[in-house]
Amino acid sequence: MEGGRLRNQLLTLASVGILFALLYLASRYLSDYQVRILNNGAIFITLAVSYNLINGITGQFSLEPNAFVAIGAYTSALLTLSPAEKEISFIIEPIIWPLSVIQVSFVWSLVAAGIVTAFLGFLMGFPVFRVRGDYLAIVTLGFGEVVRSVANNLQRVTNGPLGLKALHNYTNLWWAWGFAVIAIFFIVRLVASSYGLAMKAVREDEVAAEAMGINAFRTKLLAFTTSAFFEGVAGGLLAHLITTISPTLFTFFLTFNLLIIIVAGGLGSTTGSVIAALLFAFGGEWLRVVEEPMSIGSLQIPGIPGMRMVVFSIALILLMIFARHGIMGRREFSWDWLLERSPVSRVFRGGGK
Amino acid sequence: MDLQLFGQQLINGISLGALYGLIAVGYTMVYGIIRLINFAHGDIVMMSCYFAFFGYALFNLPWWVAFLGATVLTTLLGILIDIGAYRPVRNAPRISALITAIGVSFLLENFALVVWGGRPKAFFRPDMFAEVVSVGQIHILLLGVWTPAVTIALLFALLYIIHRTKVGLAMRSVSRDMETTRLMGVNVNRIISLTFALGSAMAAAGGMMWAMKYPQVNPFLGVIPGLKAFVAAVLGGIGNVVGAVLGGFLLGVAEILLVAVAPALAGYRDAIAFVILIAILLFRPTGIMGQSLPD
Repeated sequence: MEGGRLRNQLLTLASVGILFALLYLASRYLSDYQVRILNNGAIFITLAVSYNLINGITGQFSLEPNAFVAIGAYTSALLTLSPAEKEISFIIEPIIWPLSVIQVSFVWSLVAAGIVTAFLGFLMGFPVFRVRGDYLAIVTLGFGEVVRSVANNLQRVTNGPLGLKALHNYTNLWWAWGFAVIAIFFIVRLVASSYGLAMKAVREDEVAAEAMGINAFRTKLLAFTTSAFFEGVAGGLLAHLITTISPTLFTFFLTFNLLIIIVAGGLGSTTGSVIAALLFAFGGEWLRVVEEPMSIGSLQIPGIPGMRMVVFSIALILLMIFARHGIMGRREFSWDWLLERSPVSRVFRGGGK
Repeated sequence: MDLQLFGQQLINGISLGALYGLIAVGYTMVYGIIRLINFAHGDIVMMSCYFAFFGYALFNLPWWVAFLGATVLTTLLGILIDIGAYRPVRNAPRISALITAIGVSFLLENFALVVWGGRPKAFFRPDMFAEVVSVGQIHILLLGVWTPAVTIALLFALLYIIHRTKVGLAMRSVSRDMETTRLMGVNVNRIISLTFALGSAMAAAGGMMWAMKYPQVNPFLGVIPGLKAFVAAVLGGIGNVVGAVLGGFLLGVAEILLVAVAPALAGYRDAIAFVILIAILLFRPTGIMGQSLPD
């Protein structure tokens, strides 16, 4: 049985429907803790697929997510807090004028977060893409540090080291997973378009791509700005999930986690990023077990806090040495692939071929 | 700002810059030979501080024995990292090596966090370094005089090794063309390990003087100095040892003087280094003494 675009689209629509049905059940029957993990997972999916766009698909080794997530989180938080709440929070120095009176609804704050982050990402792209390879990594890392430094010092805008507290818990399963679905959809379509082909060409061989007439700089800038948009909105969602943000939340640690995710999933594979993000979000919770006391037989191993990160670091190093391509390599999921293997197709094919 | 304040801050800047220079040398040597930014280098500095601390505090060694021991241990650590983590990915795409470097960096940081705890430990400062000398109105710790002196001395020693010995010749050759050097019968793996060893030794010297200057040792102390030292290495021209030290001095002086001139910007002290980095990469990517950027 041949594939068909209509069939594939219907299957995708059906699975999204099933997802939302499951989310509805989850929102009714799961505990708060489990719902929180699900929300976390959705946000990580969004972050992973957008980070994968610049790192995996366009091949530019950038370390920017913590900067963009920070910008998005602060933007969104500053917009949803009411003026009264801001006055309470900003105890050292009052907040500057337009921000002290603005308050918008959650959805608009997310839109604003995305746009502001995308704009700043666009501006950042000009100096950043003058360099390549290792230097790109260090420059984007530096930008992350600059953003964190600014957030720490700009007392009148970000409340400095105190951060913003008592944010409303607007993020729920529908927002988080809804946006994750939008992000995945958008990025998959982008990669399948001519822009995506250009990005892959730039990844494979930038000089040859330029020779074919692709403007490498514009392509990289497009990927960077798109990543920035989604990371910014994800930052807003994250802020309203955790309800407290401060500069210490957005260190290189966050970028490192995302890096592990996209590498483990397969650099360049959106499917891989989704799978790895879920594994990370759920596995991270599960791995807390190494921080608890364990008993193997009669042997008592005391719980060691912080072991989780040591395990992650070793896992990353081993991953790079032995399984560089990650789970999916560069392959993507497709309905054709799945149906070819399922018993259903054999029924339709009839006996023998 | 009067002359005496300027002089005081200049001396502070030189002293800080010498530390950046020592750490930058390790970055530049490793990059020059295998084109890898060793993200873990700053954490090697941190480990050297812990080694020295425990030598003095736990084993009650005289301070100079603790320093020597720490240098040896740090050198061994550098070699271990090269053999264990970087050698297997040497022929992999560059991004894999970079990610491995980040992984090693995090491993060292969290290892220190788990084993030695996150609470800062108070580093010792031997009397020889703690004395304050005054030249007119300018006061300076003796440490601040020793640091640039030791840096220059170590720099000369390193230059001697690189330019006047056979292993130095091999190192320069490997950085120029690894395959051909291998064909010439040089054990490239050993030379690369030696490079890591030398870089780590310099980092250990820098680390211990850093810990004497800022006597709070914690698992993340190597992060910011490491990044700034990398900026210094790029500033001076990556791959060039003299450039690294020069870049270190320039960066240290710039950082201190900027904060002295504009105290309101003091909170942005760390960000200044990155602004300098971005400016360098935009306007003079090869750095001051630079060779052309490899791709």
